[in-house]
Amino acid sequence: MENNVIVVTSGKGGVGKTTTTANIGTGLAKLGKKVCLIDTDIGLRNLDVVMGLENRIIYHLVDVIEGNCRMKQALIRDKRHPGLYLMPSAQTRDKTAVSPGQMVKVIEHIKDQFDYVILDCPAGIEQGFQNAIAGAQRAIVVTTPEVSAIRDADRIIGLLEMNGFSKMDLIINRLRPEMVRRGDMMSSEDVVDILGIPLLGVIPDDESVVVATNQGDPLVGGSTLAGTAYANVVGRIEGQDIPFLNFEKSISFFSRVTGIFHKQ
Amino acid sequence: MWFFLRRRRSCQVAKDRLKILLITDRVNCSPEMVELIKRDITKVISKYVKIDKENMEVQITAKKGTVRGGKAPVLYANVPILDLQKQERRFL
Repeated sequence: MENNVIVVTSGKGGVGKTTTTANIGTGLAKLGKKVCLIDTDIGLRNLDVVMGLENRIIYHLVDVIEGNCRMKQALIRDKRHPGLYLMPSAQTRDKTAVSPGQMVKVIEHIKDQFDYVILDCPAGIEQGFQNAIAGAQRAIVVTTPEVSAIRDADRIIGLLEMNGFSKMDLIINRLRPEMVRRGDMMSSEDVVDILGIPLLGVIPDDESVVVATNQGDPLVGGSTLAGTAYANVVGRIEGQDIPFLNFEKSISFFSRVTGIFHKQ
Repeated sequence: MWFFLRRRRSCQVAKDRLKILLITDRVNCSPEMVELIKRDITKVISKYVKIDKENMEVQITAKKGTVRGGKAPVLYANVPILDLQKQERRFL
């Protein structure tokens, strides 16, 4: 299968790479796909907690690379979703423990056993980033509608282009429709216009994301707005043509009224 | 009337800042550096012809091209040369 190794990256930290990775992975598994998530943030692993699998780690990515265990032993199977596996990162090592060449080998070894391999990339553009992108063919760039995150995303897109990526898609996270409406936040159109790569999805800023992370259960596909937005992203990755959500409807009447009196 | 005098929307401010920021990031050239380039260009050209320093423009802008987002950075310099003949005629 072509393009089945996807790296989720952003440059800036804290924009939602890990949450996005967890939701896309879970969503694809819910569609019956066999998915392997790899946390490449060595020393600062997080994907395991967001997925709610932190208590089941015995071996990790660095163990596999150093030959301390077999690949299969390090892969944690998510019991809630058949077909969903997580390769956790090491918490007590640093990024120099892995080289891009070793990452490529790991991915080459497992990619044929899965429909999708999704890599959660660390923040920054140093070795951790180089490791994460080494084995991927396709990238999902996550950003928020803020000047700093967009600037970093632009830099990341430039670096991905330099590394031969031709398929890059954008996810705009934490959009606040009310702020866009009153002209105090860039709209998804503005961001796409600036970054110039195709839009894969827009995730509204939604409290339910925090709740889902607290519980260690990604909200994709649920009844919440963010859950629907993530489900749509998953559908688009699968090649479905799904229209973008219209958040205008989600702005409450109350905030529309108070918005009129909002202090300029 | 105050309604029309309200501040510029912060979204527009962000977009304007980003446009300049991303172009300068891509070419690794800050607006201050452009000022230095402008000064040097003035010096060099002034050796040969008289130029209108007041109205000259030097800036890095985005030109439609093949690059992502359809825009390639270009250094744009508009250097008006003083028409000496016209000036002389004015004195006649």
